[in-house]
Amino acid sequence: MSTLLEVSGVSVTFDGFKAINNLSFSIGHAELRAIIGPNGAGKTTFMDIVTGKTRPDEGRIVWGGKSRSLLNMSEARIACEGIGRKFQKPTVFEDQSVQENLLMALKKDRGPLAVLFYRPQAADLERVRALAEEIGLADQLYRKSGELSHGEKQWLEIGMLLAQEPRLLLVDEPAAGMTSSEREHTTALLIEAAKTRAVVVVEHDMEFIRRLNCRVTVLHEGAVLAEGSLDHVTRNQDVIDVYLGR
Amino acid sequence: MSFAARNPSVLIFLSVLALFTLLVTVMSEAIGTGLVSTSFVKILGKTLCLALVAVAMDLVWGYTGILSLGHFAFFGLGGYMIGMWLMYERTHEIAAAALAEGPIPPTEAEITAAIGNQIFGVVGSSDFPPVWAFADSLTLQLALVVMAPGLLALIFGWLAFRSRVTGVYLSILTQAMTLALALYLFQNDSGLRGNNGLSGLQNLPGVDAPQSHVSLWFFWASALALGVGYVFAAWLVGGKFGSVMRGIRDNEARVRFLGYSVESYKLVVFTLTAMIAGIAGALYYPQAGIINPAEIAPIASIYLAVWVAIGGRGRLYGAVIGAVFVSLVSSWFTGGQAPDVPLGFYTVKWVDWWLVVLGLSFVLVTLFAPRGIGGLFDLVTERQPPERHGANLGPDAGSLREKEASQ
Ligand SMILES: Nc1ncnc2c1ncn2[C@@H]1O[C@H](COP(=O)(O)OP(=O)(O)O)[C@@H](O)[C@H]1O
Ligand SMILES: [Mg+2]
Repeated sequence: MSTLLEVSGVSVTFDGFKAINNLSFSIGHAELRAIIGPNGAGKTTFMDIVTGKTRPDEGRIVWGGKSRSLLNMSEARIACEGIGRKFQKPTVFEDQSVQENLLMALKKDRGPLAVLFYRPQAADLERVRALAEEIGLADQLYRKSGELSHGEKQWLEIGMLLAQEPRLLLVDEPAAGMTSSEREHTTALLIEAAKTRAVVVVEHDMEFIRRLNCRVTVLHEGAVLAEGSLDHVTRNQDVIDVYLGR
Repeated sequence: MSFAARNPSVLIFLSVLALFTLLVTVMSEAIGTGLVSTSFVKILGKTLCLALVAVAMDLVWGYTGILSLGHFAFFGLGGYMIGMWLMYERTHEIAAAALAEGPIPPTEAEITAAIGNQIFGVVGSSDFPPVWAFADSLTLQLALVVMAPGLLALIFGWLAFRSRVTGVYLSILTQAMTLALALYLFQNDSGLRGNNGLSGLQNLPGVDAPQSHVSLWFFWASALALGVGYVFAAWLVGGKFGSVMRGIRDNEARVRFLGYSVESYKLVVFTLTAMIAGIAGALYYPQAGIINPAEIAPIASIYLAVWVAIGGRGRLYGAVIGAVFVSLVSSWFTGGQAPDVPLGFYTVKWVDWWLVVLGLSFVLVTLFAPRGIGGLFDLVTERQPPERHGANLGPDAGSLREKEASQ
């Protein structure tokens, strides 16, 4: 399988503290991958680096079939290249309706001029409705997203990601604060999404990871500690010591 | 749905504005009963211009979350641009008439020299500075009314937004910009008559009509500009562009990760609103009759923010209400019309105390009624902001808090 994203030898230092230490990671075009690791392992920072929020001190990040470097691109540019991101805390635009949130995320020309004269076409509204259906918010289209429950906000954010039609989806702790039935729905959404694109999920919850049934990368102190199936990594003595054995 | 149906407040606003314009017209000295004096027509016309610049401020601050404390610089710049043509043409008329009395008809060069003497005598010069190159062309100076503020905003915004200056740092930077411009214009060799500024702007060159008529024309023009500006602003914030603006206000990092170039959007909004401010200024100063660098002192831009805050930011009619209410009340208090309050041991003179009252009401509104006067309308329409448990709507200090977000 060809690789979609290849991160190699990346390091980041915050005030002398090495948050990411010579990290290497790669993922294929339609692959689901889970990243686990104790708090402070650098999982969120890893996503910051890939999405351009944090610039690494060293290392390479190569993207797509044309093997372009992401290092010199702005956040907006990287997003347009096809990398979507869901934050740890649900961040939707609470002041705007579910429909407005999804319309803003819909894959369209992002330039100010195009946006200025954009008026939603029937096809766009239909697509938004279909997305809302998928994330279970079809009957909440006109509600302000600030009024949604915590779980619904998480789904809306996932819906916004899907609307962007990214080739790589980075999802930071999607199940945090969800009830178990909400978790199941979220698992289904992610597995479905990974059929057509690469999806990286950061999660703490082992049950959740188990249900994703995918390859797992264990991060510790900013570097990869182990990689493989969930059973494989949970048998790894290093992993047990730093993470599971607590 | 049609634009009007989606924005009932626009229709209401336009009706109120039209009614108000009609009322003032039929009560004017020029063609009405004379109940409203010419000088009051001018005050009302100027107030409409202030409302327009407040709408621009609301777009940039209330909707996009950029607390610019420099938009009055653009307002003043617009005034200077139209003022140059007004003063040049007017002086041209007078100079040509005076020279025509001589035995031989004057040459073009003589007339130009006479105009230069007349305009720049006060700063000890008689040559036309390069900035006056287009002063004899109404078309070009009108173009400059939007181009000059637009260009300044574009350059300033490009530098500031590109380096991701946000929040209070950006506000300070905009204050520095307006201060620098004011200080520059204060210099005699700035080419714009230093602290004398431009005067006699109330006279329209080539027009014989009395001030009562001219003031009414400007009042109409101001009402038209406000109406058009309001509809444009409503159209802007009502579409996807408005979604992005509010997104930037509430969480600009998130907007960036959606693939929007936040810096470009900020630059567009900043420049566009600077142009609107320029138009408002170009209509204001002919009614004021004079413009000088004190008009764009940093405090003027702060007042602008206060109006919008008191009126209710993040809603267009709030900005208009704030500007109209505060500036009218303000001119009543500072104009010496408000009766003094004798307390026995001390007499409260409003001319001195008005600023204290204004500052206090600003603090009180910010603390206890963050939705401003416009928030009163929510009691009628029962518009409810989402329950957010007091969480900040965005990552910046400049962004709104829950109670304030209302649209
Ligand atoms: N902007 C920053 N400045 C300083 N330290 C940071 C910054 N971002 C993250 N860190 C530190 O880097 C480490 C990794 O953080 P993070 O990636 O958030 O961990 P997690 O795996 O829990 O998501 C933590 O020790 C955190 O304190
Ligand atoms: Mg984290």
